Amino acid sequence: MTPSNAGRLAAEDIARGFRLRALLALGLLALLLSAGSVRADALDGTLAKFLDDKFPATAAAIAELTAEAPPQAAAILEALGDNRLLIDPADHLVAYKTGAGQILNARTGAPVEGVDAAAFKKVRVNNALRSAIEGAMGSLTLASPDPEKRFAAARDVFKTRDAKALPALQAQLAKESDPRVAAALRLAQAAILATTDTASPQDRLAAIATLKERGDEDAQSLIDGLAQKTTDPAVKSAAEAALGSIHTRLALWGVAQNLWYGLSASSVLLLAAIGLAITFGVMGVINMAHGEMVMLGAYATYVVQILLPPSLQSWSLAFAIPLAFVVSGAVGIAIERLVIRFLYTRPLETLLATWGVSLILQQLVRSLFGANNRQVSNPPFMSGAFDVGGLSITTNRLWIIVLSALVFIGLQLVLRATPFGLQMRAVTQNRRMASSMGISTARIDMLAFGLGSGVAGIAGVALSQIDNVSPNLGQGYIIDSFMVVVFGGVGNLWGTAFGALLIGLANKLLEPLIGAVQGQIVLLVFIILFIQRRPRGLFALRGRAVEA
Amino acid sequence: MSARLDQLGLVFVAVLVVAAIVVPLLSLAASPDSAFYLPPYLVQLLGKYLCYAILAVALDLVWGYCGILSLGHGAFFALGGYAMGMYLMRQIGARGVYANPILPDFMMFLNWKELPLAWWGFNWFPYAMLMVVLAPGLLALAFGWFAFRSRVTGVYLSIITQAMTFALFKEFFRNDFGFGGNNGLTDFKDLLGFSLQSASTKAALFSASAIALVLAYAASRAIIASKYGKALVAIRDAESRMRFLGYRVENYKLFVFVVSAVIAGVAGALYVPQVGIINPSEFAPGNSIEAAIWVAVGGRSTLIGAALGAIAVNFAKTYFTGAFPEYWLYGLGLLFVLVTLFLPKGLLGLALGRSEPKPREVISVDAVEEGAEP
Repeated sequence: MTPSNAGRLAAEDIARGFRLRALLALGLLALLLSAGSVRADALDGTLAKFLDDKFPATAAAIAELTAEAPPQAAAILEALGDNRLLIDPADHLVAYKTGAGQILNARTGAPVEGVDAAAFKKVRVNNALRSAIEGAMGSLTLASPDPEKRFAAARDVFKTRDAKALPALQAQLAKESDPRVAAALRLAQAAILATTDTASPQDRLAAIATLKERGDEDAQSLIDGLAQKTTDPAVKSAAEAALGSIHTRLALWGVAQNLWYGLSASSVLLLAAIGLAITFGVMGVINMAHGEMVMLGAYATYVVQILLPPSLQSWSLAFAIPLAFVVSGAVGIAIERLVIRFLYTRPLETLLATWGVSLILQQLVRSLFGANNRQVSNPPFMSGAFDVGGLSITTNRLWIIVLSALVFIGLQLVLRATPFGLQMRAVTQNRRMASSMGISTARIDMLAFGLGSGVAGIAGVALSQIDNVSPNLGQGYIIDSFMVVVFGGVGNLWGTAFGALLIGLANKLLEPLIGAVQGQIVLLVFIILFIQRRPRGLFALRGRAVEA
Repeated sequence: MSARLDQLGLVFVAVLVVAAIVVPLLSLAASPDSAFYLPPYLVQLLGKYLCYAILAVALDLVWGYCGILSLGHGAFFALGGYAMGMYLMRQIGARGVYANPILPDFMMFLNWKELPLAWWGFNWFPYAMLMVVLAPGLLALAFGWFAFRSRVTGVYLSIITQAMTFALFKEFFRNDFGFGGNNGLTDFKDLLGFSLQSASTKAALFSASAIALVLAYAASRAIIASKYGKALVAIRDAESRMRFLGYRVENYKLFVFVVSAVIAGVAGALYVPQVGIINPSEFAPGNSIEAAIWVAVGGRSTLIGAALGAIAVNFAKTYFTGAFPEYWLYGLGLLFVLVTLFLPKGLLGLALGRSEPKPREVISVDAVEEGAEP
């Protein structure tokens, strides 16, 4: 702590002391001034009920506090709920202890002085009283001057459907100026009217109309409950009509939500598989360590997060993406130079050797970072969610879709618009011919492997945002990635994109029908059968394509 | 198959037969103080290695002699194991925790009222043994029929066999599937009335595994030595040429694939009573790939080499996972890399120094053929 800092703090302490004393004086003044007022008498009477420390008396006191709603009420009720409300029957004093341990007079809010702390005893509460306190707190916050608090309170009442809050709710609704809070209040009112037995048919019809407008699952269950118990034919038919319309609406939004999940799953699949599509397409080599390239990318993100100073944390991905690309790409090139290069004529053994590499990389990461999951936090612009109609969209998923689209476009540009891409496509289509035309196939192999692995690293950055970063991260994606590549057809990025889209969507659309695991199994079986119908995938290269 | 390899095969069979007799004697008759005494846990461990060796022979039959690198043989192994496990489960009867004479404990736990159809008949040993053969055999038949007819070969075949075992892996994990979910089947009591805990049962299971390995070897050798086996090897080396010569390549492949799957299933059935549990992790894709490295280490297209490789690698695994657990994966990974790079014929191939046509030439002949196709 710097000296100037210390000085400032001391000054603040003194200021606080002044303020406290001023408050005390004010409190005393207020006490003197208000001694004769009717309202103060009512509050004193209410507080006196606490002195009895009997449950019925305390309940009555809570009810009166709620009805009168004096400014002190919230603090008193909160203290009562937390067993902090103290009484001193001898001195007719009601007080409460603050979180900091200070004892304040409940009547005035001023600190109690000159009374022995031992003289106080706590006001007892039971469960019935606790729920009464909760209800009372709800209606008290409904009248809060802060619109955010009023909104939250209205949402709370909507959830609890506490009929006791209805008068406070309606009182607030009559004078509410904020349209958002007013809408929430109306909904809460409708929820209460739909559930209480005493509501009139007109009230219920109005409630149904309001709930129908909301049209979500909560509204559905509320109207459903109302339709079950009502005897009024008009209410019943209105409820059923509303149910029908909500049902259709929910079903449509449900499909849309599943499509969104599917799109999101597709983007992850595409990111994980597209690097594999390059290496498999160009070289006909199955890289079983591809999943570990993804894993390395995720750990690169983790390392960036550790190393960056806090001020740059929100830019962490700007550092992580290039780093992951370089790290995974370099490891990929090393694998190609050290292992795969010698096995080009033996594709089956490449599969085994790269599997061995994947084991080594997993264990290496486990030794370096530990076997436990590492936490990678989302940068601020990627956290949270927002609603579009009935859709709930998480921001990180949205950005991953954007990222996968960018990676796809970038790779297409590399393949279509650069000399390296041209040579790579030539080698993919006919290795011997390309070699005869003077292309150094060994160099292209190396670079293509580095490119594919680097893209896998970028996929790892994306996955670190939605999945646990652990040494086994890659294992979970490798078989799915193979399926995407094989399904879409080798040596064709559009095929990979289409395969990822189809598999991701099918996966998520099957999920609600037959469950997540069953859906995946059905899809695997489908792809196994499909490959047997079209062994070269959906978009097979024509002509003298490389034989895998 | 070279004459020297055949001679080695005879030695291999002789050693196994001797082991099948001597190991039980050393375990049961020798006094616990003598230097030759084999404690039951060791007999059990050796028996487990022999089951892996049978699996390796099965894999070598399709990979070494027909060029089909199956990454799903663990699935056939596990299916055989599950068939045996279901028999053992029914044998528990009323001795389970819930003491239901019909329903195994996990079904009581899941609150099932009656035995699912798939479990019928498994209290009868011959039926269970039939299933040990039929379950993997039929799966291989159906899978191979689709795969070989549509000419799925090479890495594509490897990948879809891996997808097959991955799908089964997930399916068996589900409680609803009716085979014990992620806990699998365990707490077995006895086999044909003999307690699985007793030393004599363990010794008998070891002998049975040794005999089964001899039989698997003999059957595979007989197939390879026949005219049919010659055609298989020819298919491995030049598939298109064989097809043009008028051979029904898919039928050859299908037959050997099914035989191999059945052998793997038998290995699994012998494995389960010795380790006392079967659970979905046996279907994990990694297990099947590990089996491939046993074959590669020992030497492909030797059968004996595959069996020895399985025993050697698993012995190393037992030792290293006990002594240096964190280094085992490095060792296994390096084994995969180094064997494929520097020991393409495996240890036995190195010892025999056989002259085989180099793979490079074989592929190039094939590539020319494929290139000639329109």
